[in-house]
This record gives sequence, C-alpha cells and structure tokens, in this order.
Amino acid sequence: MVQLALPKNSRVGKGRHYPAPKGAKRVKTFRIYRYDPEGSDNPRWDTYDVDVGACGPMLLDVLIHIKNTVDPTLTFRRSCREGVCGSCAMNVGGRNTLACTCGWEDVPGGAIQVSPLPSQPVVKDLVPDLTLFYAQYASIEPWLHTETPQPQTEWKQSIEDRAKLDGLYECILCACCSTSCPSYWWNGEKYLGPATLLHAYRWLIDSRDEATGERLDALEDPFKLYRCHTIMNCAQVCPKGLNPAKAIAEVKKLMVERVV
Amino acid sequence: MTEASSGVRERPLSPHLQVWRWHVTMLGSILHRACLIGLYVGALILAGWALALASGEDVYAAYVGLLGSALGKLVLLGLTFALFFTVASNLRHLMWDTGRGFAPKTADMITIAGIAFALVATAVVWVIAGQTGALS
Repeated sequence: MVQLALPKNSRVGKGRHYPAPKGAKRVKTFRIYRYDPEGSDNPRWDTYDVDVGACGPMLLDVLIHIKNTVDPTLTFRRSCREGVCGSCAMNVGGRNTLACTCGWEDVPGGAIQVSPLPSQPVVKDLVPDLTLFYAQYASIEPWLHTETPQPQTEWKQSIEDRAKLDGLYECILCACCSTSCPSYWWNGEKYLGPATLLHAYRWLIDSRDEATGERLDALEDPFKLYRCHTIMNCAQVCPKGLNPAKAIAEVKKLMVERVV
Repeated sequence: MTEASSGVRERPLSPHLQVWRWHVTMLGSILHRACLIGLYVGALILAGWALALASGEDVYAAYVGLLGSALGKLVLLGLTFALFFTVASNLRHLMWDTGRGFAPKTADMITIAGIAFALVATAVVWVIAGQTGALS
C-alpha cells in the first residue's frame, strides 16, 4: 500500500546541534538521523558542524570523525571502507550510496543530510533491520541447482556463457537499490525488489544451472516480479554501477519467451 | 517485522519520500500513473458528453457550457497533456519491454523526450483549437 507519510512513531523531530570546534577553518554541516531504541523519544535530526579540514574525503571519514571526536554515541555499520562489503549503505543527500565510496564534496546542496536506508525498520541511528531483505534473497535459492551427476572436475562454462554473468555477479547486497525503490517501499513484503531480482536473473541465465523452469515458476506471481514499474531509482543509485532494472526486464522477457 | 515481545519498543520506519532527491525517471513513472488516473476521469467526461448529446439540446448546451468554462478548459488542457504523455510513456515502456534503453542516461533522455513531446503536442493542439475558433 502506498504510504506517503511516516507512521507516528517514525516522524523525525528536531535534535541537538553540535557546533564546530573553535579555530576550525573548513566547516561543513551534516544533518544526521538519530534514533535511540532505549529512550522513549521519536527519531531526531542532529546537526553537526564538522571541521572537515581534520578528516578524510569520504562521508565515512566524516562519520568516524564525528564518532571519535564529537559524539561517541553515533551508530553506523562499516567494515571494509572500500566499497566491497556493503555495510555502510545509507541515504546521503537524498540518494542511497555507500558512505565509504561517497566523497562528501560530491553531494549537491548545502548541509548534507544522512539517514538510514529508506523505508526500513531502524535498529539504531543509521542501522536498519534488513532481515526481510536477506530473507527475500534466500527465497530465490541463490546457488547452483543441477540434476546431472556431479562431474569429476568442475562444472564447465564457456567464456561466452561466463560473460553473461558480468554486470550481475558484482552485486554486494548492500540493499541500496532495493531500498531506493518506491515500489519496494510500499510493497516490500510481496515484491522481491531490485537486488533479489538481479540475483534471480543471475541464476536464470547461468549456463550450468538446470532449474530455469522452476525458478521462473517461483517468480510467476503478480507481486514478486511484476511490481517493477521501471522507476529506475535502482540503476541510478547502485554504487557498483549495476542495472537491476535491466535484469528485471530480462526476467520478464524470459517469462514471455517460454510461453510463445 | 518488529519484535515487541522482548520489551523493545516498535522500531520506527526510516524516512523515504521525505528525504529522497527526485530523479526524472521517478517523475516519469509517477506522471504516467497520474495521467492514467486522469484519463479514467476523461473517459467519464466523454461518456457524460455522449449522454448529454442524447438527452436533448438544453442538456447538451449546458454540458458544453460547463466544459467551455475556465475550469472546464483547464481540465481539458490537463487531459490533452495526459493523453499525449500516456502515448509517449507507453512507447517508452514498449522499448523497455524489449530490454533496451535501460542505461541510466538513455532512460533519462527518453523520459525527458516524452515529457517534452507531451508539452509541445498539447500546445500545438490548443493553438490549432484557438485558431479554428473552437475555444471561443
């Protein structure tokens, strides 16, 4: 169901303001979404005037700087700091991205607003609960399904067939795309979303996989696949430059091709 | 989704539309939906016109007068745009259904082209209407 406004407990109030330290030469303002699960207040926007001369170029550098020197309670996920693990996915300046590969200077506008991945239950501050997202990924059985006996060596694949997986296998499951999709915001429990469908396509076109029919059967549903309305937010935000919308279109084509 | 049993309060939903920076393809999608809803209303208006036509001269004159009022013209102008944009947008979807035009820049371009086409075509139709005296 389309829900334009946030539920009552989710409306974001005004929060605290942390001024820049005295003597800071380059100051940039960051508005960061804060939610304390142990308190009783609604989420709030805290404003940090950050001495960006004292920290690195990426948004993740800014967050770590705030946590280390200004406010140790600020909570966010991060690990690899080089766009491989997908942990620090969040909404920055109105678009989902990885904080570690997002240079804050490239974000348009004055104050930079940072919030958790959209339309997800918030565990704390910038940490969303992605249980549903992972369950949907698991639901497409993202592994090789075969019936022929296991070969003595490896499952062979031609160079051409292997090339079909390019643009798909690079997905790191950061959830930037799925949580960018208005259709997923409003039908998240029925529509599988861009990331899961990209992976569904990845297994559908794998030349070694022998369950194409069953995989397509599982997607033949008014919601799981067909809630993609080509809004294209997914392809706009993917930090790895992948195109889930195109993958979804290819799945729809496979659906048609098998009946005509 | 949320577990209230452990005494933890219900988790808030993170902001979505409230924070999202719109993109032209998102606008194109929502405009497509809005225009379709508009065309449903348009079909009713057309059906009303046929009914009025069948109900005699007085009713027809009143109905046409209503459509010719400033508000009526505004609605018809909107419907003209809705019709043209729906045509353009469906062509765009036809292309997408073949798996083409998904590169983000191409998608932007064809969406902008669709909106531009609808604006120009609407203007052309209304200028012609004005010159043939249909608006007076």
